[in-house]
Amino acid sequence: MAAINFGYTISQPRAIDIDRNNLRKSDEILREMPELQTCIGCGSCTASCTAGNLTEFNFRKVHTLVRRGEYQGAYEELNKCMLCGKCRLVCPRGINTRGVILLIKRKLGDF
Amino acid sequence: MKRNSWQDYQKQIADDHYYYARSCIRQNFFPGSERAFIDILTRDLGKDLLDDPKHSSCTGIGYHSDIVPLETIMTVVARQFSLMNEVGYENFVTSCITSFGIYTEILATWQEFPETEERTREYLRKATGREFTKPASLAHTSDIVFHFRDDIAARAKRRLVNAATGEPLRVVEHIGCHYAKIFPKSGIGGSEFPYVLAGMVESWGGECVDYPERRHCCGFGFRNYLVQANRGYSIANSHKKLESMAPYKPDFIVANCPGCAMFLDKWQYTIAEMEGTTYGENGHGIPVLTYEEMAGLVLGYDPWELGMQMHQVDVEPLLDKMGVEYDPAAKYLGRNGKFIGKPDTAAVNCGQSELLYDIKE
Amino acid sequence: MKKAIVIGGGPAGMQTALQLARRGVEPVIVERENALGGKLRNWHRLFPTFTPATDVLAELRRRVDEKGIEVHLSTEVESFTAKSVKLSDGRTMPCDAVVVTTGFTLFDARIKEEYGYGIYDNVVTSTDLERMFNEGRVVKADGSQPRRIAFLHCVGSRDEKVCQQHCSRVCCVTGVKQAIETKQLLPEADVFNFYMDIRMFGPGYEELYREAQQQYGIHFVRGRISEAAATHDGRIRIKAEDTLTGRPLRMSVDLLVLLIGMRANDTNAAFAAGAGLTRAASGFLQPENLFLDSVRSGVEGIFYAGAVTAPKTVGETVNEAIAAADAAAEYLSKN
Repeated sequence: MAAINFGYTISQPRAIDIDRNNLRKSDEILREMPELQTCIGCGSCTASCTAGNLTEFNFRKVHTLVRRGEYQGAYEELNKCMLCGKCRLVCPRGINTRGVILLIKRKLGDF
Repeated sequence: MKRNSWQDYQKQIADDHYYYARSCIRQNFFPGSERAFIDILTRDLGKDLLDDPKHSSCTGIGYHSDIVPLETIMTVVARQFSLMNEVGYENFVTSCITSFGIYTEILATWQEFPETEERTREYLRKATGREFTKPASLAHTSDIVFHFRDDIAARAKRRLVNAATGEPLRVVEHIGCHYAKIFPKSGIGGSEFPYVLAGMVESWGGECVDYPERRHCCGFGFRNYLVQANRGYSIANSHKKLESMAPYKPDFIVANCPGCAMFLDKWQYTIAEMEGTTYGENGHGIPVLTYEEMAGLVLGYDPWELGMQMHQVDVEPLLDKMGVEYDPAAKYLGRNGKFIGKPDTAAVNCGQSELLYDIKE
Repeated sequence: MKKAIVIGGGPAGMQTALQLARRGVEPVIVERENALGGKLRNWHRLFPTFTPATDVLAELRRRVDEKGIEVHLSTEVESFTAKSVKLSDGRTMPCDAVVVTTGFTLFDARIKEEYGYGIYDNVVTSTDLERMFNEGRVVKADGSQPRRIAFLHCVGSRDEKVCQQHCSRVCCVTGVKQAIETKQLLPEADVFNFYMDIRMFGPGYEELYREAQQQYGIHFVRGRISEAAATHDGRIRIKAEDTLTGRPLRMSVDLLVLLIGMRANDTNAAFAAGAGLTRAASGFLQPENLFLDSVRSGVEGIFYAGAVTAPKTVGETVNEAIAAADAAAEYLSKN
């Protein structure tokens, strides 16, 4: 196969496909910390994030993707967190954000 | 499918006397289709149609690729109308979906912003000394075939059914984006559940397939295929549609847009060569027809006269299924009986063995 | 005794009539349907307390019966002025004042063609779902249990494409309420709510939203579904953007529930023309003043209560009815 070089390949869809994603880890995370579901996407965690001001790290986006079953790269992203705790201080829903970070890392990696 | 809403979108379609505007690309990719349209209308249905050699491209491809400015395309369109006026016609029919979208959009723009019409009149006058009046009706050629679907059904020599089992053929109907996505009211059935092709399929005995990506664009997208680096996401759209329709095992695809028919056909070849994936029966591709070819088969036209030898995906499995009689050896013989060359074997056609015409060669 | 005709026998009309009677005015309710109660008759439970709609309805009806209020059912109003109401059967009913309590019309979900309501069997509306709750079971068209259910907020609200630019207010909390009820009936099911904004404006609503998220594990995805299509196995495939991650999102569901909005009645235009009333851009009738005279029409002797002026909750409607009846009684005491 691929005897012909067309000069391009079929682009992969970037859609989140809930049918294809394995939500097992996500379900486990939400079972252990159901408060994560109460996130209303206000962004104050990311706004106050020490790491987020220096890197692309966006805690809100990472945990939302994890909840949708998009685990790829989440563990590495969360390594950027400095665990300073400011996000937990500002969260209007009282989510234990540091706890969430440690939980996701535990579930997705060998932390 | 329970299409209840299509009757809400009706448009005036003229009954006779058409001024025909051809497509730029169809004569290369589906060369028999425009001829078939003229024949069906004039010979089978006894209508009057003028195929005017003076008309030009609408410059839609250039327009959608940011090469032709709006003022220019408006002036070109005005010239087509002027040519139509000159020969005393007032029902403009266009063979290309993008042209249809462009004519619809320009007429609406002139309506909404009369100063643009005035400017166009001035440009046309300066460039050619011509004046124009707008058409009484504007339709796509698929609208016309839809309009006469029952007349065609009444004259049918064959129906869209499996000759062996009597079951209706399963048809994927694909509507060009510029048919009704820009102005839903300009298309039969609107943009979400268009009925223009489905109506033909149902009239002629077939059955439409409603698959999840039915409304998705084929990926033509003008600059997206013109620039090689962008073709990856052009093909990804057809790929997505083919993946989505495959479980329904369609017998063929019918499209009313030059680009869609071309890409749904030819990208199947590319995908097969790239990934080894084919979507039709027995490892073949899914044949892709234009609605004129579909109408032509129903009316008993010879498939090679319809230009179906120019398809990337072989149509023979479909012809066999419909019980169409054809001469396999005549496939690559042109209108004058001269061998016109044949494509290499391809994965999408199961790498077919050599055929009879090689002997004639 | 002065007589006031109350047009519409829903919660607003019943409460208006009751308060008019208390204030010494003779109320007459004219109702188009063959029973009192309006849209409440089709509802199962009310947010945010899950109070059975029948509790509220039965109590209002009981009070109307108890007071012996004159009710004309299956009677349609064609036009009116402050002094008389013309019925579509040609009769005219004289009166001293009119209170318009004709409420709203549910948005016809078929107009949002891309969601396939009326085409795909497993696309239903919030009212269809209430009917299922009344029957005690949430099922697919074939009678089987849905495993994954999506709710779509703002169908026919905040949507220029269907000429409904206003917010219908109550659908957000209805979506939360119905998601919880669905989860109570089908604890194993996954429930997703697709929303543009979640507007939890009332007492206990935000708390209910939080409960839905935390206790019931309902997924809220910020993004409007752009289209629905049938899948090969008879499910509904939906497309949306998960706007909080900036990625398109696709999934198949067994049931898609469209939270249909409240739109202005078609009769508002004729009523306004006949009686010299003002309509807002949304088509709802426009009160004289939103702050001090929200139950007055601006025309002497004609008053408003409930959703005829804007989408409202049952509680707001019933309270407003008291204000409208008081304003009408005050007017009648002077004229």
